[in-house]
Amino acid sequence: MLRYLLHSIAALLAAYGLLGAPTGAVAEPLKVGFVYFSPVGETGWTAEHDKGRRVMEEALGDAVSATIVENVAYGPDALRVIRQLAADGHGLVYTTSFGFMDQTLEVAGLYPDATFMHLDGYKSADNMATYSLRYYEPSYLAGMVAGAMTKTGTIGYVSSFPLPAVLQIINGFALGARAMNPDVVVKVIEVNSWYDPGREREASDALFAQGVDIVAHVTDSTAPTLAAQKAGKMVIGFHSDRAQFGPDSQLTAVIPVWGDFYTRVTGSVIDGTWTNAPMWDSMAQGVLAIAPLGPMVPQDVVAQVEARQAEIVAGTFHPFQGPVRDQSGTERIAAGTVIPDADLYSMNWYVEGVEGTLPE
Amino acid sequence: MLFRIEPRAETSRFMKHAAPLLSALLAMAAGSLLFLFIGHDPAYAFYVFFIVPVSDLYGIGELCLKTSPILLCAIGLAIGFRANVWNIGAEGQLIAGAICGGGLALQLQAFDGIWVLPAMFVAGALGGMAWAAVAAFLRIRFNANEILVTLMLTYIAGLFLSYLVYGPWRSPTGFNWPESTALHEAARLPRLLAGTHLNLGFPIALVVACAAWLFIRHSYLAYQMEVGGKAIKAARYAGFGRHRMIWMGLLIGGACAGLAGVVEVAGTIGKLREVVSPGYGFAAIIVAYIGRLNPLGIVLASLLMALFYIGGEQAKVTLGVPSAITGIFQGTLLFFLLMSDLLISYKLKWTGFSTASGLSEPHGNG
Repeated sequence: MLRYLLHSIAALLAAYGLLGAPTGAVAEPLKVGFVYFSPVGETGWTAEHDKGRRVMEEALGDAVSATIVENVAYGPDALRVIRQLAADGHGLVYTTSFGFMDQTLEVAGLYPDATFMHLDGYKSADNMATYSLRYYEPSYLAGMVAGAMTKTGTIGYVSSFPLPAVLQIINGFALGARAMNPDVVVKVIEVNSWYDPGREREASDALFAQGVDIVAHVTDSTAPTLAAQKAGKMVIGFHSDRAQFGPDSQLTAVIPVWGDFYTRVTGSVIDGTWTNAPMWDSMAQGVLAIAPLGPMVPQDVVAQVEARQAEIVAGTFHPFQGPVRDQSGTERIAAGTVIPDADLYSMNWYVEGVEGTLPE
Repeated sequence: MLFRIEPRAETSRFMKHAAPLLSALLAMAAGSLLFLFIGHDPAYAFYVFFIVPVSDLYGIGELCLKTSPILLCAIGLAIGFRANVWNIGAEGQLIAGAICGGGLALQLQAFDGIWVLPAMFVAGALGGMAWAAVAAFLRIRFNANEILVTLMLTYIAGLFLSYLVYGPWRSPTGFNWPESTALHEAARLPRLLAGTHLNLGFPIALVVACAAWLFIRHSYLAYQMEVGGKAIKAARYAGFGRHRMIWMGLLIGGACAGLAGVVEVAGTIGKLREVVSPGYGFAAIIVAYIGRLNPLGIVLASLLMALFYIGGEQAKVTLGVPSAITGIFQGTLLFFLLMSDLLISYKLKWTGFSTASGLSEPHGNG
């Protein structure tokens, strides 16, 4: 009996020595925190981030364990939650809203050993980087679909706020639409909110009443899709593929694909290759897509869009390549040139064909 | 209607003190079921909710930080509520205070005297008062219901703040994001304890609570307001002017909420942004009632409310529960607290299936 026990212990020690020791003690999983400003819903901004989080957990398996904190208010609450995550040993924290910028920066200063990734901001530190996506690329493709499909030649856009990030999306869309049909006009209504089903619905209906037959949006609810479905019009979705809410109306949707992104960035923190260089990823990196085109889109349009998508991914086509004129007809991007990233960051003008006013 | 709610002939002194304890126990029981249902050990969940957040100095600092704006708003509201002035728009008055106090700081960037902060507080209080004064004026001049007016003014204040930070006050170096430039150091509340975020806002809130206690206990005006609230005819007979009470009730509420706005902007946020409060002005309405409109009670109630919020977030981080669960638990606690308060002075009476109406006629108040 005693002998058996000793044997077992020896065997165990040997096994540990052979299997455990050479690889170093089995690494603790990297704890990854995700801070969301809204609850994880069925579709939309936070839902897409959380989908990405699940893909990342699946892909990295035992190497990570993720914590999500949803519905976090900006300001002191965000500061406390981000700090709490770092204090609980999270080696990597993603804060997925612009409003968390200052608080993320402050906690990054307190926890130099943890890594912080902040979405859509412009402040960084040695252990904090920013990340965002070039939404104007899939938006250009969606614009092509809309430009080909509109019968009235007028497309509506339910906008949120006149920020550069939003103007890039609307302008990219308008350029795509006018590439297919140079006479297309894009009418913009701002609802001054990222998420307000009531006002998004009103704005969509108002656009339909003005002769628009396709509505696109830079807001987060299903209201424009539902409005289009009800009115028998067409819609370009945003943030999520919402075909289930508009089976007869959704032409396509502009969607982020966070899974591979979060897998890649989390992996880089685990293997020590992470840097604080700002990330502004594009379709080439697989972080953006358009939803499958609806059954109403004819095959030749599908083919043209697919061809353009291949060029964007290959880097041979840029949605903002000159000549591009603004609303007043002034040339903003000269023929043969491509807009510099700095100009995209500070974009405060609409391209020709967009009807809408911007604050000075 | 199967039940009627009737006033009790006399309220039990014992129950008056035992009720909060009883309601807490009932809420715990309901909360236990909730946590068991989603597969968490209730004892551990309660530990995470109520003990972990305040288990160190940093946590206590956070609790006080979170308490400050709720306490300020609730104190001001309670003075109005005692006079039957139904200001439910402290949120809007808070925003107005933030706009005025923060706006002043943005104009004073060249100055770093010690007077900058006091000036911001005066501006914030005046801003909150001005916002509440609109409701007072409309109430007195046109008999417009102050519940509706104060509530609607809240949305106007929020949109006005949006306009400012998207337009004229937008930071020129902020890539067009809706934020002002950061307030300079002289316009920020000093932190009181190293290693915490606790700032001067909490002592200010406590001073205001003490002042409110003195005002309610010792001033003739507060007495008049209270009589006017409890028995309007008696007040009229005594010659107490109702208009003055409405003005005072709303202006004091507005001033306190305005101070809360400055505390937030000059405290942790440090700038004007699209949203400066996650609903402190609305939470303060419940807090004022849990505290039974009494300043000491309100201090305790706002600490409790702040703990609910912080515990809720702690549970999200540590237990990984969705925010809906913490919301349900917070709601359950409040439900039992407010229900026990109601049942101290009222009773449910079985009326069978035939009676048509709900609430019985209130007895002649006062």
